[in-house]
Amino acid sequence: MEFFVRGGEFLADSPAVGRVAARMKPTNILDPNYFHKVVDCQWACPAHTPVPEYIRLISQERYTEAYMLNWDSNVFPGILGRTCDRPCEPACRRVRTEEKPVAICRLKRVAADNKGDIGAYLPRVPEKKNGKRVALLGAGPASLAVARDLLPFGYEVHLFEKESAGGGFMRSQIPAFRLPVEVLDEEVEIILNMGVECHFDHEVASMKAMLDEGFDAYFIGTGAPRGRDLELPGRQEVDQHISIGIDWLSSVAFGHTTEITGKVIVMGGGNTAMDCCRTAQRLGAESVSVVVRSAFEVMKASEWEKEDAMGEGIPIINNRPPKEFVHENGRLKGIVFECVKPVQGSDGRLRYEPSGEPDVFMECDHVLMAIGQENHCPWIERDIGIEFDKWDCPVLDEQTLQSSNPKVFFGGDSAFGPENIIWASAHAHKAAISIHLLCQGKDLRKDRPPEGVNLISQKMGMHEWSYDSEHDPSKRYLVPHADKKLSLSNIKMEVELGFDRELGAQEAQRCLNCDVQTVFTDRLCIECDACVDICPMDCISFTENVDETELRQRLMAPASNLEQDLYVSDELGTGRVMVKDEDVCVHCGLCAERCPTNAWDMQKSVVHIPQLGSYAE
Amino acid sequence: MTYVAKPKVHHPLLPLNDLGLTRRDYEGSVSTLCAGCGHDSVSAAIVAACAELSLPPHRFAKVSGIGCSSKTPSYFLNRSHGFNSVHGRMPSVATGANLANRELYCIGISGDGDTASIGLGQFAHIVRRRINMLYVVDNNGTYGLTKGQFSATNDKGSTSKKGAPNLYSPIDLVSMALQIGASFVARSFSGDKRQLVPLIKAGLMHRGFAFIDVISPCVAFNNHTGSTKSYEHVRAHSESVMMADYFLPQQEITADYAPGTMEDVRMPDGSVLRLRKIDGAYDPHDPVAALAHVQEHQAAGEVVTGLLYVDPDASDCHEVLDSVNRPLNSLDEADLCPGNEALAQINAAWR
Ligand SMILES: Cc1cc2nc3c(=O)[nH]c(=O)nc-3n(C[C@H](O)[C@H](O)[C@H](O)COP(=O)(O)OP(=O)(O)OC[C@H]3O[C@@H](n4cnc5c(N)ncnc54)[C@H](O)[C@@H]3O)c2cc1C
Ligand SMILES: Cc1ncc(C[n+]2csc(CCOP(=O)(O)OP(=O)(O)O)c2C)c(N)n1
Ligand code: SF4
Ligand code: SF4
Ligand code: SF4
Ligand SMILES: [Mg+2]
Repeated sequence: MEFFVRGGEFLADSPAVGRVAARMKPTNILDPNYFHKVVDCQWACPAHTPVPEYIRLISQERYTEAYMLNWDSNVFPGILGRTCDRPCEPACRRVRTEEKPVAICRLKRVAADNKGDIGAYLPRVPEKKNGKRVALLGAGPASLAVARDLLPFGYEVHLFEKESAGGGFMRSQIPAFRLPVEVLDEEVEIILNMGVECHFDHEVASMKAMLDEGFDAYFIGTGAPRGRDLELPGRQEVDQHISIGIDWLSSVAFGHTTEITGKVIVMGGGNTAMDCCRTAQRLGAESVSVVVRSAFEVMKASEWEKEDAMGEGIPIINNRPPKEFVHENGRLKGIVFECVKPVQGSDGRLRYEPSGEPDVFMECDHVLMAIGQENHCPWIERDIGIEFDKWDCPVLDEQTLQSSNPKVFFGGDSAFGPENIIWASAHAHKAAISIHLLCQGKDLRKDRPPEGVNLISQKMGMHEWSYDSEHDPSKRYLVPHADKKLSLSNIKMEVELGFDRELGAQEAQRCLNCDVQTVFTDRLCIECDACVDICPMDCISFTENVDETELRQRLMAPASNLEQDLYVSDELGTGRVMVKDEDVCVHCGLCAERCPTNAWDMQKSVVHIPQLGSYAE
Repeated sequence: MTYVAKPKVHHPLLPLNDLGLTRRDYEGSVSTLCAGCGHDSVSAAIVAACAELSLPPHRFAKVSGIGCSSKTPSYFLNRSHGFNSVHGRMPSVATGANLANRELYCIGISGDGDTASIGLGQFAHIVRRRINMLYVVDNNGTYGLTKGQFSATNDKGSTSKKGAPNLYSPIDLVSMALQIGASFVARSFSGDKRQLVPLIKAGLMHRGFAFIDVISPCVAFNNHTGSTKSYEHVRAHSESVMMADYFLPQQEITADYAPGTMEDVRMPDGSVLRLRKIDGAYDPHDPVAALAHVQEHQAAGEVVTGLLYVDPDASDCHEVLDSVNRPLNSLDEADLCPGNEALAQINAAWR
């Protein structure tokens, strides 16, 4: 029960007096990272999309602006609003204060679905070029985003792609029932129409030859195109009954495969496995099962992808490593699986031991192998100054994405192995800055534009804030789905219908506006405790300053989440300091409402993430 | 003030007390006092004390008079009984409530105007009658609600917001309570919950009349440089004689304090009041010495805080009157009309 009266101690009352050395330093809120970290979603987003800002725009029905804010940072809002891996959502503060995150991803889709004409908002591309030529290899999201960043600066951008259309894996892998082709086409076209010189159906066979063409810079965005295979007894004999998942999905996407018959087993527990099983079900399989060697909880597939597959009636069978393919006269009969159980090792990691159950045999006619992908670029000669590591990934400078050949940059899946679209966009921004600096003869590290932060007071008057400060206790709203009978029989039919405007507006209200910061001015504070008393989350304490570990324990509520910072003020009149645990603040603004002296103010933090656009003006 | 209600959402680790309630369950409705008013901190301290003691909110009677301070019972213990009476008349209502139902925890909240000005006579008599209650004065040295006139506790020479000096000497309620025979007398500061919360707990559980004078700055009218009841002045001039900690009978007594003179006062119900004396020579069981101590420091411009006097074995009004042990509302017809035989016995006793 100590919890109730923690904080508020006077200096004289503590054994810690005198331990000056260990005291926490006052927080430097002008460090761009400080408040950026408080905006959990934006911090977690690889491209640092200003999430709360676009959610507020949706609340104001300013869909076009909301879309463009997204487009600026992540380049593919309509696509990502349906398919993003959404690292922002597990990071969302709502997970810590209540339970479920704001449906950040699906709100992006609301902006995309409802936007108006964006023509006027697009950057202008100069007629007169700047004389520099850049080659982009592969037309996936990484290269497309680099093109978008470079074109407004007058670069001549050449895109080389072996397929006949742009989009990369977004076109060849992500099934149409998750991402309709029109949505993909629209966002790819926006970029191509900015003036990209497209070379489709052009497979690059030699990097050496490319280099000989004398471009000023090269961006390699060719992805991680090789699906892993599994060598097991019987594998060779049943070759024609086994497909590599990503190859099979692309053959479905390009219309070469239109059906699959009999019983299908999908092997693997990642998102590719989820797309394979749902696609197989739609193409007419008699039955589909997913068999995973590991436990359900540690499967690589996102929570929602698993839910969607299971929601369509597909069983996921865990803890079953495969042993052998059983065949008869060249025909696949099925697979024998071993039975294991996970045990927690002393290092906290799961290990698998035989469970004691007998091996199981599962009948099947076709296997889709979805056990991972890897980097593979045999067309890059190994003697042209581009170094590769032992996993066949290029050796890169993480900050600049420059390879050991100064003119060659990597991004997207080709850089560090398979990731996702949002990482491809993030890499692209970095690489575009590097390419620009290189072409302008500047230093790639020293001359990079810095991050910055602006703080803007949201006070409009007595009890009036320019954001909706009131806390909304609603539970996460569910996205409506299409009728299962229809969507399971039509591979092109999008399963999710998306939030309509009304649901979108309701879900938008759940956002806690974590970018509207509590900013404290120590010289104004009279230590009246009003903010401590009103704060619903027990974030604020006035206490003597000690070292961080002890300070975290002596606050109104223990600050046990070490990933979240403490905001510490300078010394106040009584010798104490104000300490705010940022962890579960709901940004309700009540501290500022109750403060008699405006020592607290609610200020919007606008974080400036360097992008090539930072140079424009 | 704000009209934005405090949202229900709370810290995920907020503990539950023995009744399964969190501290938030002891709050009241949204305060309409000025932002920064000390009275809101006193309410927050009462909320914390009641939650920590795991007292059932519906077993409380909150009574008050008129003033900003007297409005505060609305801002704590939502689920309890309350009576906001007339100016200076809280003691009458509290007396009635306590006589009618001795099982309720009675908290009276008053102001320095409500108690030391218009209500001084009532105050003297409720002390004298030993009503079993906790009487809190939110003392800001001014009539806050009527916009800042000097009250009777305002120090001579202290100025109004506009600079006019106060011409009269103050009434010291602590001294009065000691003189008239209160069995629990304390003074504290709204800006020091570490001291205030345990005092409220001990005062609530004390049998007899418990009085706490809480200096509670009025940010709107009496927090300027000429005031002796401002946050800054009180912090600079208060002298704490001791820190108190209150432990329920079943509670483990934790002893993790800096050295000093320690005294455990055992209460009749088995609970323990642990006193950590800052002034080692101070004796909280001697009302005469307490009075002298308080007044000497007052003459030197200092405000003595802490538990100043306690008589753990004090009696209350019900004991003095030898009244019925049960709340009046639980007495049924059989209790009230014991029948002809009983009447005949009573009459016989008078013959
Ligand atoms: C089944 C599956 C589902 C996925 N679902 C999602 C999802 O829902 N959300 C998400 O964010 N991510 C998803 N991903 C991952 C995502 O698609 C990739 O991370 C992303 O597309 C990588 O982008 P990129 O630009 O690096 O390369 P890619 O998208 O792989 O594009 C590379 C392009 O380069 C071309 N190319 C390759 N070699 C050559 C060459 N020698 N010459 C010319 N062209 C060449 C390829 O044809 C291709 O078009 C999924 C991946 C798979 C396999
Ligand atoms: C009989 C009567 N006389 C006068 C008043 C006007 N009045 C209302 S509140 C108040 C003074 C309150 O002062 P205090 O008790 O110190 O409360 P504070 O507002 O300072 O907390 C006065 C004089 C009244 N309401 N009723
Ligand atoms: S905005 Fe202020 S009152 Fe609201 S939760 Fe955050 S710190 Fe507490
Ligand atoms: S409400 Fe304002 S003046 Fe009072 S303690 Fe908090 S920050 Fe300081
Ligand atoms: S006028 Fe003074 S006493 Fe009344 S609410 Fe405002 S600050 Fe508090
Ligand atoms: Mg007053």
